[in-house]
Amino acid sequence: MSLLSVDNLSVRFTKRSGGVFSRTIGAVSAVDGVSFNIDRGETLGLVGESGSGKTTLGLSLLRGTEPTSGTVTLRPEGGQLEITALGKRDLRRARQHMQMIFQDPYSSLNPRMTVREILSEPLTAGLTDARKLSGAEVDARVVDIATKCGLSVDQLRRFPHAFSGGQRQRIAIARALVLKPDLVVCDEPISSLDVSIQAQILNLLADLQKSLGLTYLFIAHDLAAVAYICNRVAVMYLGKIVEIGPTRQVYFTPRHPYTEALMSAVPEPDPDAPRRPILLEGERPDPANPPSGCRFRTRCRFATELCAIEPPPLREVQADHSVACHHTDTIKLRGALDLRGPVQETAGR
Amino acid sequence: MDASAQAPRRRWWLFRRQPKIRRHDLASQWQLMWWKFRRHTLAMIGMVLLGLFAAMVIFAEFISPYPPFERNPAYVAGAPQIPSVIDENGNFRWPPFVQGLKAERDKKTLRLNYVPDPSVKWDVGMFVKGEPYRLLGFIPTDIKLFGVTTEGGFMHLFGTDFTGLDLFSRTIHAARASLGVGFVGVVISFILGAAIGGVAGYFGGWVDNIVMRLIEFIRSIPTLPIWLALAAMLPRDWSPLATYIAITVILSLLGWTWLARTVRSKLLATRQEDFVLAARLSGCSDTRIIVRHMLPSFMSYLIVDASIAFPEILLAETSLSFLGLGLREPVESWGVLLFAAQSIRSIDQAPWLMIPGVFVIIAVLAFNFLGDGLRDAADPYTR
Repeated sequence: MSLLSVDNLSVRFTKRSGGVFSRTIGAVSAVDGVSFNIDRGETLGLVGESGSGKTTLGLSLLRGTEPTSGTVTLRPEGGQLEITALGKRDLRRARQHMQMIFQDPYSSLNPRMTVREILSEPLTAGLTDARKLSGAEVDARVVDIATKCGLSVDQLRRFPHAFSGGQRQRIAIARALVLKPDLVVCDEPISSLDVSIQAQILNLLADLQKSLGLTYLFIAHDLAAVAYICNRVAVMYLGKIVEIGPTRQVYFTPRHPYTEALMSAVPEPDPDAPRRPILLEGERPDPANPPSGCRFRTRCRFATELCAIEPPPLREVQADHSVACHHTDTIKLRGALDLRGPVQETAGR
Repeated sequence: MDASAQAPRRRWWLFRRQPKIRRHDLASQWQLMWWKFRRHTLAMIGMVLLGLFAAMVIFAEFISPYPPFERNPAYVAGAPQIPSVIDENGNFRWPPFVQGLKAERDKKTLRLNYVPDPSVKWDVGMFVKGEPYRLLGFIPTDIKLFGVTTEGGFMHLFGTDFTGLDLFSRTIHAARASLGVGFVGVVISFILGAAIGGVAGYFGGWVDNIVMRLIEFIRSIPTLPIWLALAAMLPRDWSPLATYIAITVILSLLGWTWLARTVRSKLLATRQEDFVLAARLSGCSDTRIIVRHMLPSFMSYLIVDASIAFPEILLAETSLSFLGLGLREPVESWGVLLFAAQSIRSIDQAPWLMIPGVFVIIAVLAFNFLGDGLRDAADPYTR
């Protein structure tokens, strides 16, 4: 069984008119009927443009945002937790199995607590098995995880403002891992860091995954970073997963037109190479008012009448590779860094 | 592109020499604020002035040379007497002295005038014996900070009023009521504001809506008329102490809106902070999140707001008393003293009766400077 199963998960935000007599005037479905699994020890990448619902999906898995419908099941060592059905106390107890690393290490650390306090808080304040630890044991756990994350013991006395962005992110990682969770949701953990620091943090995450047996949901819009660290990749567009499969396949033989457009944006290291990105036409539709049928059809160069009528289901086209497109078997698409493929008239110069 | 097929990863940062720890790195937010605050000259001046005011309130009996209700029939509506060390011939004289005075009646206006008597000089000394009193309310003593040592002499630093009361002593004593109303008023406003704003910000929704509309309603009423109306409702036969408490409560009932708004907006803002979400995801309880994460992050703003609300309440009390609707004799406040100074007669014959107004101005400015400095110090975006 996989560590995490997500079934038909939806998150809707109701939009209310302002003022005293407010009423619901619409709903934005940030995540719409998403299903996927993550196996123990693997890293699933989640990519998509801004506003596609990546962060909301990651948060709702941990019930940082309450899902509207659907189920999330976590299977930690010797047990099964239906996260979406847990009461308040049980949810607090379940926190030790799942943690999150935030995008911005400047706002995710309380500026009024020392690093030691930040790292020991999950051990002492939560309703976890670690609550029974003595003070010395808590200290030992904190020092252990801090060392693993590349922080020295004398740095534990300092406050977050004494650290650079990369070091802060190490602290945030240490806080997420101090409870020894099974699942870690990494919400764009490197996108607010310098490029040189990004590599360090990526390597740290990969090292920790190996030594602690972690499972990651890695949310990012940096396609190179995702290729570097992820075993599988899911592509989101407007609250839906349009394609999910092994990294290599999704990158080099995409089966969904949106994935193709996304992958054509992967930067080519050779500055002299001809660049032919597929430029999507039009704007991303308003998520409060998504198009009928396939959500991508308004910007898809293969769209037909069928696409406007029927939403395409996510179906398996190869082993472990699923795509939500009616025409996936008939269209020919280019992969990342593929410069020889056919160029459409609509696609760039 | 498997993650395993990558270049060798060395934890090179483990081998790097650790940078030296600076004092700054180990400083808590409050320490950082204090360091920033110290560089704010005006705010430091404000703080020193407020320290002096606090000393004045605590040691009023010690600082004032006369009891506030002791009349000096020999010097009625007398001008301020300033001690000097140079006598009329330009010679240095120690100890300092004030010129002796004799009363002369003006033949035309029949007014008493006090003219210097060159033959008499009254020596001024420190720590002289005066009327017995209890320091801090329990230490019996009769030592005053300064006073006249010569038998039969007197010194009124700010002059006297039309009944011969020493204005300096009264001004010092009046600081108690004036700053007391401000302090108690701010405390009550603070509690009301924090509770009501906290409820609005924490529960949100229609509770928030109602509280916000209530605040807008209260703030839309012009302040002076509503003070007057509320103060006029107080029965005239209440004891001065009861009036004092009632005025304080009235002022704070109208003054909590500022703080409530700050508390609400800060609660709403910090609820969205990543570190609050992180604490929730770490399994912290709601109480712990509020007490340990949310409150400390906006406590500094509340202190700033309180220090700015203080002079408003002080001014409100002063204006009410000045109009004769606030505190009354025998309670003394700066407003009560100024009430006595509002006649044409006093402006013409005893302009020094307006000196308590200078104290009001200094106190208000000191609080504003302090609030300014605190706000700059609490702002994480200035360095």
